[in-house]
Amino acid sequence: MAKRCAFSLALLTLLGSSVAVAGPTLDAVKQRGYLKCGVSQGLAGFSTPNQQGEWTGLDVDYCRALAAAVFGDAGKVRFTPLSAKERFTALQSGEVDILSRNTTWTASRDTELGFDFVGVSFYDGQGFMVRKDLGVKSARELDGATICANAGTTTELNIADYFRTHGMKYRPVVFEKSDETVAAYDAGRCDVYTTDRSGLYAQRVKLKNPDAHVILPEVISKEPLGPLVRQGDPQWFDIAKWTLYVLIGAEELGLTSANVEQQRKSSQNPEVRRLLGAEGSFGQALGLPADWALQVVRQVGNYGEIFQRNLGGLPLNIERGQNALWTQGGLMYAPPFR
Amino acid sequence: MAALDPIGPPRRASSWRSPRLRAWLLQAALLAAVLGAVALMFGNALDNLARQGIASGFGFLSQPAGFGIETTLIEYSETSSYGRAFLVGLLNTLLVSAIGIVLATVLGFVIGVARLSPNALIRGWAYAYVELIRNVPLLLQIFFWYFAVLRPLPGPREAISLFDVAFLSNRGLQLPKPLPEDGFGWLVAALALGVVAALLVARWRRDGAGRRWPWTLAALLLPPAAVVLAVGWPLAWSVPELSRFNFHGGMTLTPEFVALVLALSLYTASFIAEIVRAGLQSVRRGQREAALALALPPRLVLRKVVLPQAMRVIVPPLTNQYLNLTKNSSLAAAIAYPDLVSVFAGTVLNQTGQAVEVISITMAVYLAISLAIAALMAWYNRRQALVER
Repeated sequence: MAKRCAFSLALLTLLGSSVAVAGPTLDAVKQRGYLKCGVSQGLAGFSTPNQQGEWTGLDVDYCRALAAAVFGDAGKVRFTPLSAKERFTALQSGEVDILSRNTTWTASRDTELGFDFVGVSFYDGQGFMVRKDLGVKSARELDGATICANAGTTTELNIADYFRTHGMKYRPVVFEKSDETVAAYDAGRCDVYTTDRSGLYAQRVKLKNPDAHVILPEVISKEPLGPLVRQGDPQWFDIAKWTLYVLIGAEELGLTSANVEQQRKSSQNPEVRRLLGAEGSFGQALGLPADWALQVVRQVGNYGEIFQRNLGGLPLNIERGQNALWTQGGLMYAPPFR
Repeated sequence: MAALDPIGPPRRASSWRSPRLRAWLLQAALLAAVLGAVALMFGNALDNLARQGIASGFGFLSQPAGFGIETTLIEYSETSSYGRAFLVGLLNTLLVSAIGIVLATVLGFVIGVARLSPNALIRGWAYAYVELIRNVPLLLQIFFWYFAVLRPLPGPREAISLFDVAFLSNRGLQLPKPLPEDGFGWLVAALALGVVAALLVARWRRDGAGRRWPWTLAALLLPPAAVVLAVGWPLAWSVPELSRFNFHGGMTLTPEFVALVLALSLYTASFIAEIVRAGLQSVRRGQREAALALALPPRLVLRKVVLPQAMRVIVPPLTNQYLNLTKNSSLAAAIAYPDLVSVFAGTVLNQTGQAVEVISITMAVYLAISLAIAALMAWYNRRQALVER
């Protein structure tokens, strides 16, 4: 019920006020003293509270990096867990400054919802998970299956497309929260659970008997996941975009949380010097301190470190794959810092 | 309004001093202020939406929805429009509400009467039911039926079979589905004819001596029987059969639907029971005693003397309960039943991002449903009202 209240409140803000939304976001964030970041309600590896109750994950670390960029302090961020259904209204109404919630970049979301996608922080694709004892080897055998999915996601649309394309039938059972969806699948309400493949691996760990389930080989969609901001504030958009590029670029340049401090002093590479604020005016152009990128890398690490910390290690063991640097056969690429 | 009506005859002074005119002006100013505020909010919202580059307007209703819905009463596919998805959600809401209202009313009346039963055991059970059910939040009851009762049922392969035509599993209750064949229209028409005939016969035999029901029954059954003899039994059954994943054929009552209907009707029934009890107790004891003194059988005392008088007390609060039940059906979103809120204010809102339009439509629809129910009940209440002679 509290959620519904928050939702109505957001709607009311949309109807009633223009102050919170129209003003330059950077000023509003600085004045407030902390960043408001919308994350998912619990998806291992992306945003989930750890045993100490602190938020961890790739999406979470991106927001920490943004806070480090703005305040020089990765701790000045508050996380708002949002369901798939609530996320867009929360960003539209100014409830959050940035939405970093494994959200797929699509044309209609970018153009019709009043958002700008900052970039891609994780390349994903939709897959299917089924029980091993069903003996299903391929998604093409799923004709007539009951499928659990999350409401209001691209997932819901992709299964419709996939089954229509292949002339198969299915029965959708859609829940608002991903936990409810997984629980329903685990209890046998559905034959199939579908979401992005990273999500399948993350949720499989939570099932009663993870070994009894198998993820089918088909990837039925492109799911570029990334943070997004409200349209109409180019400065904030640039800050969010270049924070992401700093994370990727730092990995490419070999800057890590451990060595970045020393690299700033000793590096002779002009690109590193420009990035870390030893020369040029990278920070100034964005309205940020000269050492902002240094703070981002020092406090949060580069993209590779973040990936390893949240997804690459146990229990998820997700391979870099498409998310490796372009120099290593992946898709992660940052424009030059010049 | 009444307070602003002129007091005493209008004076002959300048029209500005006429109380009627002043009252009228005041009302007009107030109305203008309210309309102005609404227009301002509306304009502001449009303005904000435009500034943020968010699409607005109702054009999205004709665009293809692109998602599937499990329970649909009308033809719906992934290529149908958002408008069609809205209709599907609306009909699902109406279905749950209608079934819930019927079940809650029947159960509520039975328990309400049982609350006043001379039998202490029946009275006690009815009392326990009311106190238990009405004091637990509805959402928890929905969760109870959905998560605790229906979810632990066995999977489709181990489904509980009822005579091999119906099956109960965690996918829901699979029932045989009637398939109308040639001549089914005739059967329906004959049934309708039978009902009309039965009503006429019942009215005709009302004053006559002797038994009424054999004649009525004959009038009811003769026309359909004639049709069946003429064209054969025009109805086939599609029996559910287990295929690789699910049952196919037949019809499915999903666990979401069953849990929602159960919770809504049991919960509302406990309130209706109390309303019925209050209504019955509002009829003075003398009425009952007088009826008994006239040697009316106790069964008829309730039906002919007490209930008709109690209905005048029962109907207005009963309307409230019907409205509550309809609005409470929006809790469906919590258990994935595709009602209006789940489909339209959930998925459609999220896929189009047009929160203002979608929520406005949803609110307007609930308002319209509620006003319709209230109007219907008001009409019934007027019919039941005491006619003073």
